[in-house]
Amino acid sequence: MFHALVAVKQVPDTTNIRIDPETGNLIRQGVPTILNPYDAHALAAAVEWKERLGGRITVLSMGPMSAISSVRECIELGADRGIIASARQFSGADTLATSYVLAEMIKRIHEKDPISVLLFGKQAIDGDTAQVGPGVSIRLGFPLITYAVKIHEINLKEKTLVAERKSEQYNEVIQVPLPCGITCEKEIASIPYASLPNLVHSLKYEPEVWTAEQPIAFPPDQIGIKGSPTTVFKTTQPELHTAGEVINTADTGVAPAVKTAIEKIEAAGILDMPEGCA
Amino acid sequence: MIRRFWVFIEQVECTAHPVSWELIGVARRLADQVRDEATSAGDTVVVEAVVVGKDVKAVAEEGLQYGADHVYVVEGEVFAHYRNQAYARALVMVVQKYKPEVFFIGATTLGRDLAGAVATSLGTGLTADCTRLEMGEVKEGAGKLLLATRPAFGGNVIATIVCRTHRPQMSSVRPRVFPMPEKVSKVKGDVSYEKIPIKEEEIGAKIVRLIQNEAGSAKIEYADVLVAGGRALGGPEGFNLLKDLADVLGGEVAATRPCVDAGWISVDHQVGQTGKTVRPKLYIAAGISGAIQHKVGMQDSDFILAINRDPHAPIFEVATLGIVGDLFEVIPALIQQVKDAREVQHA
Repeated sequence: MFHALVAVKQVPDTTNIRIDPETGNLIRQGVPTILNPYDAHALAAAVEWKERLGGRITVLSMGPMSAISSVRECIELGADRGIIASARQFSGADTLATSYVLAEMIKRIHEKDPISVLLFGKQAIDGDTAQVGPGVSIRLGFPLITYAVKIHEINLKEKTLVAERKSEQYNEVIQVPLPCGITCEKEIASIPYASLPNLVHSLKYEPEVWTAEQPIAFPPDQIGIKGSPTTVFKTTQPELHTAGEVINTADTGVAPAVKTAIEKIEAAGILDMPEGCA
Repeated sequence: MIRRFWVFIEQVECTAHPVSWELIGVARRLADQVRDEATSAGDTVVVEAVVVGKDVKAVAEEGLQYGADHVYVVEGEVFAHYRNQAYARALVMVVQKYKPEVFFIGATTLGRDLAGAVATSLGTGLTADCTRLEMGEVKEGAGKLLLATRPAFGGNVIATIVCRTHRPQMSSVRPRVFPMPEKVSKVKGDVSYEKIPIKEEEIGAKIVRLIQNEAGSAKIEYADVLVAGGRALGGPEGFNLLKDLADVLGGEVAATRPCVDAGWISVDHQVGQTGKTVRPKLYIAAGISGAIQHKVGMQDSDFILAINRDPHAPIFEVATLGIVGDLFEVIPALIQQVKDAREVQHA
C-alpha cells in the first residue's frame, strides 16, 4: 500500500520579518508563522498520488508546539496522520542534528508502516539551506532526487519511482527504487482545495507528540545544540547601501530622465555603450 | 601536518562550472590567512581540488591553472553523469583518506544536492550559501577556524557560523559571490588518481533520459547586463518588453520571485534569496519594489538602475540611479535612445 511521509516545517513568514532599528534584533512578535511553502507543494504531490493509488499520508514536523497549526493545515489538505517532534532538548539543532532526529523517527514509523516515498520541500524559507532532506535520505539509505519538478510514475508492484528534476543543463528523468527521498520544487503539484470533511476533521485533530524520550529515547549529546557541529558565532545587520541619485519623470519628463541614465551608465565605464549614445 | 583547503570541481560533460575556480581563489586566500600560524607550528598549507567524472583529466589540469597545488581525480563509467549516491560515496572516501581542514562546494543545483549528502555521511557541519569566508580566531590562542557568513531569515540577518570540532569545515558558495581568480603563469601542481570501489549495481538511481534545457535557458549568473522585472510588469507579456531592452544591451532577462511564483517566467531567471546571486556590470530593476529577499541577490551589481512608480520603493536604497516613473514609458524610451545612438554611430 502507498504510504507517503511528508516532512514539513513551520516557518516565520520571512516576507513579513522586521528588524528592531534600536536593538537590531528580529521582531518575531506579530510575525505570522506559515507552513513552509515548498513543503505545502510536497504535500500536494503526496495527495495527488494518494488519489491515484490509495494509501495514506503521514506528516512529521519538528518544532515548537505551535507547529500544531501547520500539521492541522496538512490534515486539512489531505494528510491522514500528523506527528510533532517537540522537546526543549531538540532546540538549537543545526541541519545535522535535525536530520538525525527526523531520520530516527522516520525509521520508527517505517518499521511499523513501511514508507514508499519520503517527501520534502526543496528548502525552508527561514534557513534556506536545502540540507535536511538530503541529510535524512542519506541517513536512511534512501536514494534521493532533489529539486524534483514532476513525479512521472510510482509503481508499487515493481517498487520504482520515476521523477524529473531540473539541473542547470538538463531536465533529468531519473528512476529510483522505493523507498526513496524526494525534495520538491513548487511545480511538483499545485495546492489542493481542502474538502469540507477534511476541514472539519482538521479542526479537532490532535497530532501525536513525540518528545526526546518518547517513543524514542534520544542520546542527549546527539540532539539539539549538543548534537550540532555548527554554531552561530555572531549575527549582524545587513550592510546598508547608500542610495544614489533619484530622478522623477514627473519633474523632468521621460526622455530627459532616460538620457541622464544613459549618460551616467556610460560615464561609469560600465558598458560598452555605442559611442555618442547619450 | 598538512593543512588541506579543498575545493570540489564541478563538471558536466567535461566542462567545469566556473564556480569551481572562484572557490579555488577563495581557498587560496584563506590558506594564506593561516600561513603564519601553520609555519610556526611546523605545518604546511595546501590548496587542493577533487574532480569526479569520466575522462576529466583536462578539467583537473584546468584546476591547476587556476592555482590548485594538487588535483585528485576520481574516474569511472559510473561517474559519467552526476548521481548523488555515486558522487557522494566518492567524495566521502577521498575526504576520509586525506582529511582536509576545509572543503568548499559550489551552491549550484548539483553542488547543493551533493554537499548535504557528503556532510551528513561525514557527520560534519555544512554552512550553505556563504557570502563571506575568512579564517579567524573564535577564542584567543585556539587557532583559526573557518568563519562562514551567510544571510538568514530571508536576508534580514547576517549570521557567522563556525564548526569548532568537526572536520572538514564545509561550506557551499553560490556562483558569482567571489571573483574569478587569474590563471597562474606557471603551473606547479600535479594530478593523481583515486580508485573508488563502486559498482553500477550499488547505485539505485538510473538516468532514464536527459532533456537538454531549451536554448536560451537563462544563465543569468554570468551575464554582464541583466534587465529584471517585478510584479509591476503585470503579466508574462511584460517580459517581452524587458527582452527587447536586454537584446539591445546584449543582456539577459531576470525576475523576482513573485513573477516566478505567478508562472510569468521560469525559475532559472529568478534572482534573490531563493533564486540566484548575480553581480552584473549593469542591473536594471524594472517595477521591482526591492524586498530584502531580492536585494541580497543583486545588491553587489556594479551599476543598479531602478525604475519604479513609487518614490518610496526600497529598491531605490540600493540603486546607483533611480528613475521614478512608469516602466512602460521608461523602458521603451531606453530602447529607443540606445537604438538611435547606434544608428547615428553607423551612419
